[in-house]
Amino acid sequence: MKPLENLVVLEFCQFMAGPSAGLRLADLGARVIKIERPGKGESGRQISIKNLFSEGDGIVFHTINRNKESYAADLKSPEDLKRIKKLIEQADVMTHNFRPGVMEKIGLDYETVKAINPKIVYGVVTGYGNKGPWASKPGQDLLLQSLSGLTYLSGDKNDAPTPFGLAVADMICGAHFVQGILAALIRRGKTKTGALVEVSLLESIIDFQFEVITTYLNDGGKLPDRALRGNGHAYLSAPYGVYKTKDRHLALAMEDLDTLGATLGCYELLEYKGSDSWFVYRDDIMHKLGLFLKERTTAEWLAILEPADIWCADILNYEEFLNHAGYKALQMEQETVTAGGDRIRTTRCPIRIDGKRLFSSKPAPRVGEHVKEIERDFNLSAGYGNAS
Amino acid sequence: MLMIKPLEDILVVDFSQFLSGPSASLRLADLGARVIKVEKPGTGDICRQLYVSNLIMNGDSSVFHAINRNKESFVADLKKEVDRNEVWELVKQADVVMHNFRPGVMERLGFDFEAVKQVNPGVVYGEISGYGDEGPWRDKPGQDLLVQSLSGLTGLSGNGDKGPVPMGIAVVDILTGAHLAQGLMACLVRKGISGTGGLVQVSMMESIVDFQFEVITTYFRDGGEPTVRSLKNNAHAYLGAPYGIYRTNSGYLAIAMASIPQLGELLDCPPLLEYQELASWFDKRDEIKSILAAHLLKKNTDEWLAILEPADVWCSDVLTWDKLMKHEGFKVLDMIQEVSMGDGYRYRTTRCPIRIDGEYLLSKKGAPKLGEHTAAIIEEMLVKHATGK
Repeated sequence: MKPLENLVVLEFCQFMAGPSAGLRLADLGARVIKIERPGKGESGRQISIKNLFSEGDGIVFHTINRNKESYAADLKSPEDLKRIKKLIEQADVMTHNFRPGVMEKIGLDYETVKAINPKIVYGVVTGYGNKGPWASKPGQDLLLQSLSGLTYLSGDKNDAPTPFGLAVADMICGAHFVQGILAALIRRGKTKTGALVEVSLLESIIDFQFEVITTYLNDGGKLPDRALRGNGHAYLSAPYGVYKTKDRHLALAMEDLDTLGATLGCYELLEYKGSDSWFVYRDDIMHKLGLFLKERTTAEWLAILEPADIWCADILNYEEFLNHAGYKALQMEQETVTAGGDRIRTTRCPIRIDGKRLFSSKPAPRVGEHVKEIERDFNLSAGYGNAS
Repeated sequence: MLMIKPLEDILVVDFSQFLSGPSASLRLADLGARVIKVEKPGTGDICRQLYVSNLIMNGDSSVFHAINRNKESFVADLKKEVDRNEVWELVKQADVVMHNFRPGVMERLGFDFEAVKQVNPGVVYGEISGYGDEGPWRDKPGQDLLVQSLSGLTGLSGNGDKGPVPMGIAVVDILTGAHLAQGLMACLVRKGISGTGGLVQVSMMESIVDFQFEVITTYFRDGGEPTVRSLKNNAHAYLGAPYGIYRTNSGYLAIAMASIPQLGELLDCPPLLEYQELASWFDKRDEIKSILAAHLLKKNTDEWLAILEPADVWCSDVLTWDKLMKHEGFKVLDMIQEVSMGDGYRYRTTRCPIRIDGEYLLSKKGAPKLGEHTAAIIEEMLVKHATGK
């Protein structure tokens, strides 16, 4: 039995952070129903990467919204709102990422919803919380990265601020959202009361930096200082980083320089006495090591370093990685088939439960695709409603 | 009314070290669980000695303090009979047991899932590995930078003319920890309904693949085209212009998705008006970005923001932490808390990012000294044992 079986989640969320949380809950066994406006559906359907679509929706949408159902409703129509409230009565969780004030206007704010269903877990995602000068600023990933200091951690010393090349604020925030919702469900199991769960992209991307921000808060406020070349982490000593070899690159993690120098036969490294100097003279050390590593191929270095238990790795691109036996062994892939028969190859949930991987072949829904089943399962049609 | 933290009364026995596992148990602690770290005598969690930028705080590394606040420390030598018996007592009473040893190690130590289930049938048991328990990478060290390097992640950040660029945070560890916390809590939800515990397994490699799910799905869809970062101002290899960070006369400016001709109008940059076709914003992004980059040098960041923000273009300043922390938008979140250790040492750190019932989840408890709570826990457990609780 999947852990969240029989739980019903109503997802009013759009784009990435909220829907990625809905996807995780779905993969863990919940029945996730997207509430979408009739016709166009959620705005995330129109987002495309490399102009890739399937049946009118972006591949990105398909990726984030597989394993869900869709119920179309116009929240401004009293009739539809009535049905939605009936659905809410029977749901365990609802989530939204409307800007502050919108749900109040519609009449589905937490206080109202709690009156309908006191056991519901009501989740809200915002960009920057609901007060302060940024509360109405667009909650977009790159802007959050830029405001939060994150862009000064990657890339080299003389590079411009370097963003993480993925929607990291969205992803982390979605992960926190799942945690908060699950924690509230655990409490509900004991107390029989629901909860309001709130996360924001800004709080999440600060939490993501908790290690280095804690260092910053206690070292007298020194700003991060990236290595001159091959930076892997602004706060870690040499050799941590990426190096060019004769044919490719090589990554080296934390390592005792004495051991590394002796293993490689790079005796210059032995001149740096004491681990404090490995941070202080990081650029010099990395420069010398870099020149040395250029002399042989990555495979040659790995053959020397791996048997000596030195933390190192080749650096792969997607083609190399996704065809590697190490990746294949994970069985990370699955295929969903859309209503129109289009096969979309994607990844699965990364969590294994009771020794089993969690697969699902259910595709992302078309707008309103499951109206009939949902009206039947939840007794939403007027006749049933009046009779009960 | 004081909020009941959601995981109150949940006991977590945590054998994990470094970042991935301990970051998961920190989250559980902040959500209300009692977390007991089981550490080896002498050195304890190796993370205590993992100094970053040479900073030592009250005897341990700053990162250890960040990750292990709000926990207790129990010292035990898992190879000694006396200590093992004490740990068994703890494990019997635990709701959650977790570790991040390499595959096979916990079986040798004897506290693996099957063994623990014998004495505690309802346990929720979590484990983290580097690369899963099969395949050629099984015994490779599960270290953040190595997993980043193998997973294709280093081809996404930085400009096209650079080599691989790692993400400068232990992103793999943090995501893996987040996924473990999710799996553990999902099983605790199920336990509340059906009474059965469960086994939760995550690996660093599976977690970092999941992190890339959008672009890997794109890669499958586009027939496996190489990942190409834009030559300048790259912020996302799979997005077109203007998406990126640009230098201005005073600092930097971030611009997310926006219409190129609209930017041309707003910024008074006529060459951008040439790019009327949507497809060209991706296909000719290097060209567009270089025009935009040269143009944005002409004014300072505030001037550009004053033009773009009222027009609803997604843009922002690019801040360092000192500027961020002085900003009202940050201050209003109360993200920083001060915690205090058993010996009175105090330090500042961040708080849990989740709010429940409108309240922050705060805790004044700092990181434990190695073995700080061993004696008290033994006494408490023995009493519980004797009274049959």
